[in-house]
Amino acid sequence: MSAGLITSAPALPVSDPPGPDAPAPVASLIDVSLRYGKVVALDDITLDIPAGRMVGLLGPDGVGKSSLLALLAGARAVQQGRVQALAGDMGSRRHRRRVCPHIAYMPQGLGRNLYPTLSVEENLQFFGRLFGHQAAERRRRIDELTRDTGLTPFLARPAGKLSGGMKQKLALCCALIHDPDLLILDEPTTGVDPLARAQFWDLIARIRTGRPGMSVIVATAYMDEAQGFDWLVAMNAGRVLATGTPAELLARTGTDSLDAAFIALLPEALQRGHRAVSIPPLVAGDQTEIAIAAKDLTKRFGDFTAVDHVNLAIRQGEIFGFIGSNGSNGCGKSTTMKMLTGLLPASEGSASLFGAPVDPKDIATRRRVGYMSQSFSLYSELTVRQNLVLHARLFQLPPATIPARVAEMIRRFGLEASVDALPDRLPLGIRQRLSLAVAMVHRPELLILDEPTSGVDPIARDSLWQLMIDLARNDQVTIFISTHFMNEAGRCDRIALMHAGRVLVTGVPAELVSQRGVDALEQAFIGYLKDAGASGAATSEDAVQAPPPVVEPAAPPKRRFPFSLGRAWSYSLRETLELQRDPMRATMALLGTAILMFVFGYGISLDVENLSYAVLDRDQTGLSRNYALNLAGSRYFIEHAPITDDADLDRRMRAGELALAIEIPQGFARDLARGHQVQIGAWVDGAMPVRAETVRGYVLGMHQGWLQDQATHRLGQDAAAGPATIATRFRYNPDVRSLPAMVPAVIPMLLLMIPAMLTALSVVREKELGSIINLYVTPVTRSEFLLGKQLPYVVLAMLNFALMTLLAVTVFGVPVKGSLLALTAGALLFVIFSTGFGLFASTFTRSQIAAMFVAMIGTIIPAVQFAGMLNPVSSLEGVGYLIGQVYPATYFLTISRGVFNKGLDFVGLEPAFWPLALAVPVILGLSILLLKKQET
Amino acid sequence: MSHAATIYRLGIKELWSLARDPMMLVLIAYTFTVSIYVAATAMPETLHKAPIAIVDEDASPLSIRIATAFYPPRFNPPAMIPLDRIDTGMDAGDYTFVLDIPPDFQRDVLAGRSPAIQLNVDATRMSQAFTGSSYVQQMVLGEVNEFVQRYRASPEWPVELALRARFNPNLEQSWFGALMEIINNVTMLSVILTGAALIREREHGTIDHLLAMPVTPAEIMLSKVWSMGLVVLLAATIALVFVVQGILRVPIAGSLVLFLVAAGLHLFATTSMAIFMATLARSMPQFGMLAVLILLPLQLLSGNSTPRESMPELVQNLMLAAPTTHFVAASQAILFRGAGLAVVWPQFLTLGLIGAVLFTIALNRFRRTISQMA
Repeated sequence: MSAGLITSAPALPVSDPPGPDAPAPVASLIDVSLRYGKVVALDDITLDIPAGRMVGLLGPDGVGKSSLLALLAGARAVQQGRVQALAGDMGSRRHRRRVCPHIAYMPQGLGRNLYPTLSVEENLQFFGRLFGHQAAERRRRIDELTRDTGLTPFLARPAGKLSGGMKQKLALCCALIHDPDLLILDEPTTGVDPLARAQFWDLIARIRTGRPGMSVIVATAYMDEAQGFDWLVAMNAGRVLATGTPAELLARTGTDSLDAAFIALLPEALQRGHRAVSIPPLVAGDQTEIAIAAKDLTKRFGDFTAVDHVNLAIRQGEIFGFIGSNGSNGCGKSTTMKMLTGLLPASEGSASLFGAPVDPKDIATRRRVGYMSQSFSLYSELTVRQNLVLHARLFQLPPATIPARVAEMIRRFGLEASVDALPDRLPLGIRQRLSLAVAMVHRPELLILDEPTSGVDPIARDSLWQLMIDLARNDQVTIFISTHFMNEAGRCDRIALMHAGRVLVTGVPAELVSQRGVDALEQAFIGYLKDAGASGAATSEDAVQAPPPVVEPAAPPKRRFPFSLGRAWSYSLRETLELQRDPMRATMALLGTAILMFVFGYGISLDVENLSYAVLDRDQTGLSRNYALNLAGSRYFIEHAPITDDADLDRRMRAGELALAIEIPQGFARDLARGHQVQIGAWVDGAMPVRAETVRGYVLGMHQGWLQDQATHRLGQDAAAGPATIATRFRYNPDVRSLPAMVPAVIPMLLLMIPAMLTALSVVREKELGSIINLYVTPVTRSEFLLGKQLPYVVLAMLNFALMTLLAVTVFGVPVKGSLLALTAGALLFVIFSTGFGLFASTFTRSQIAAMFVAMIGTIIPAVQFAGMLNPVSSLEGVGYLIGQVYPATYFLTISRGVFNKGLDFVGLEPAFWPLALAVPVILGLSILLLKKQET
Repeated sequence: MSHAATIYRLGIKELWSLARDPMMLVLIAYTFTVSIYVAATAMPETLHKAPIAIVDEDASPLSIRIATAFYPPRFNPPAMIPLDRIDTGMDAGDYTFVLDIPPDFQRDVLAGRSPAIQLNVDATRMSQAFTGSSYVQQMVLGEVNEFVQRYRASPEWPVELALRARFNPNLEQSWFGALMEIINNVTMLSVILTGAALIREREHGTIDHLLAMPVTPAEIMLSKVWSMGLVVLLAATIALVFVVQGILRVPIAGSLVLFLVAAGLHLFATTSMAIFMATLARSMPQFGMLAVLILLPLQLLSGNSTPRESMPELVQNLMLAAPTTHFVAASQAILFRGAGLAVVWPQFLTLGLIGAVLFTIALNRFRRTISQMA
């Protein structure tokens, strides 16, 4: 097979549209193309999707199924062509707003539109509020949906802790809460165990009986479940291969399974090189040595038992399959495999490899094992060859043999065409071959492969299997593989069915099927699952037999307001709950400002005191000592041991020990008495210019003071007075101390930085985790979304403001001299701005770390440098001056200092309030305008 | 010997990973070029365009003479305001200084009555208030003296104070700003790069992979320590030679090599700390927040931007446990004051000790948590 697997090929003629008896299409695409950068996701697709049917979109990962569904749901913006759904153009914003309450969209990924820290109940309540249901109505619907899906016992469990199957049921409940006419499901059963899958389709079937008019569009990579759909669309490389009922597709290709039919539908070029997987039988005989054994192997994470007393024995040379659902909270396959390789220590029980107990510290056994972890996990920054070489070296192959071994791996695993490519640029099938090559590079006797074929297209899957079978049969490598594909399970010599941490049964696949007296492994598995009582965790029996859910007519549509407080409030509530449950962000939000206030309060100190100085007194007379004493009396200076000579002076100044050194020359008193000019030397450490300037000021002042003293002493009072004096009044801060000046300046800075950062994170987090999709496909508007998310952070920021004011008054001893009310009002306006700035930063960043960066740079630099914290705005020049004039921090700083230091109230500060009040609508308006209501 | 080889190989891998991470490369380039340039040039001289106003109740040749003594760049041209505008003007923050020259000032001066001029200073503007007020004082008295000297000679002061600043004779802010930024960036970048290197493995799931290989946690950690440390050292050297000495023309008083040794010791401590932090955080954003909460205190309280002696005693003592305090002390001594090893060896010793302690703690935690990261 060639590397060009996913290159587009000429499309085959698409089959006839559904027959004339079919109802009008529920959705249609006309000449639709979609690109992500250079990658073509959809390539000129024209398609009518019949209404009232169960329509399946069929094809492996990355062929454009998800893109097509996202276009239909209105989650993604149409680039080219026309997309119609529910009798309207999805390119039109008005139509989307009108129909989105009638479309339900469940995106790909287990529970991707759910909020993992929220409980089942809280998730459902959130969606209910979004669709404007009242409390009683929500209660009724939630009770009904959870009863039908068997989720009622789990209402209080966080969505993130549900099993894959339950997550998908919850996602379905959330999608169904508003009685949609069009249900769009993107790979709803990927990674779900067979029983839960069967129950899921059962549920859909019953819902369809209850709502016969509802159209369902499903994307799936499982060919077997597509068998039960009404109408299919087979897709590859962004194009439609064929459409029709399952029977039609089988008939047209002359095959007996959809898997085979799909391969037959592929363009000729792609089929070339594909051959059916052939498995030479295992020569069982003398190969009875045990490669892996597990005895009562158990793993607990807290009170959750991931693996529960697993017993296994895998013979050398065997292909042993671990079958079960996958996903983060799956059945324990990955955890078991990690314990067997020594990656995870077992909580209980023992495991042995090649007869020796598994010891994570034993480096030697690792050389005998090759491990390929779930999902691609090689270094994506290294090229294919670099990855192979690195692993060969880390496994300490003799350096001379490495080039030959790497070349052999490249040839054997068909990587010639991509030797110097970065793995991210390669199709998944090739990446998995590379993973396998890397796992094999050190010639292990045992390969542990965790879900190697997940998401890989059928042809690539077969070729990967062929490679593994060759390794097992020709090289006598023992293979321990986990999978959730039943047809792959059938290729193993023996399999173990696993569920909820326990091995249900172990045996030869064919024997298991015949033991249960069923036709296929899948049914056998379902049987074993039922025996194990797995149903208890899924659908209860009476729910299965319950009548189809009665669908009450939707509540009469309420008058449409452009802004719904209910929906915004729904987002506020949800954000608050999520924040409470994220310890890191909650700490940052509550204590971050307090911690940083201490740091800044003490750190940005402009006080210069406790300055160390020493005297080199070459005169040693009463007068010279008197001069030195004059310094020692100052509160700013601390005297250190006298300097002995020039070398001592130099050394101590270089070490930074002395900020000031005074040198009194020999004959100081004598020369002065004679009326000669004398010179006292003062050396200031200039390393910190600000400190040096201050020291200079002090020393000059004290020198003049001493001179005056001396003059008064000798010549009498009058001679001392100069021609004029200057009475300096240090206003607002009479002691000229740093804290009273800095604390009121630190408060605006922190109220700007942290709320902005947290608000930006809260929006971008949704983009990263995928729940932003709820903004795209539910009736919530951009302003409701943003303002709803902003509210909790405004409240938090005001709490922080109260905390900081309290700290200022108590710990730092900086009293509020003016109107606290004015300060609070200013703070409120300011935090609305700063959280708004966070929203603004979130509209154009995609990753959380970038959002943090933008928020930090966009707040700290202007706040510290240009808002007048250290230097007044009027002292700035150029761009800095302009920023200082425009940036609201300047005005809140004026208010903060005005109230804290200058004792002012609203009247005195009025000019500072207007720009602040103006900034709020500007930043919020910008954020709302820039936020996208669709993915582009 | 194979340990050394593994650590070397893994370190080279880290360098490749970094080389293909454009975000981080931009960050490195930014911190060691633009940010240094900005820090060196953006810091205004202490007294720059200070806003001043004068209430001239005298309107005599002497008072006019005083008013004309203030001009840019140190002061903005003075605003001549009436007496009743003093309070409102200062409350609104329009002026940092307001001079009130009383009626009959010139007459009283000439009569030797030594009249007083009132100088109002907005003491919330610390940076201008203190140095500015003594400056204003000197200038006004100077003008008055010169004026008076035309009429009568004043006795000359017999003792002169020869005040000189060592290490930075003209007290140029850019010298301080540039070197301070380098010292700060060494700490910041080493923590971010090393932390990101571990979190990247975690997010890409490659930890799993490493653990299945004949590689120990100590080797993984050491490989990150040396590779990221090397990058920071290299960047700092380039910045010192080309940006600081080359473009900004800031002289370095001491030995560059000695500074790099200090930085090397410091990096051992900070990279270990970064590994520890990365084991606490579950994702890059969490690491970012942790870094903000830890780096800001470490930097601001280290004595790099403001002198240590003006911080409360408790803070000073606590900060003795932080590597940054000793690194800053050693670096300032070497870079600003040209100190040699004879002067800075106590800091070197302490840095080494702190580094060893942090490394041990981090390694222990890394060993314990690495399997949960996978």
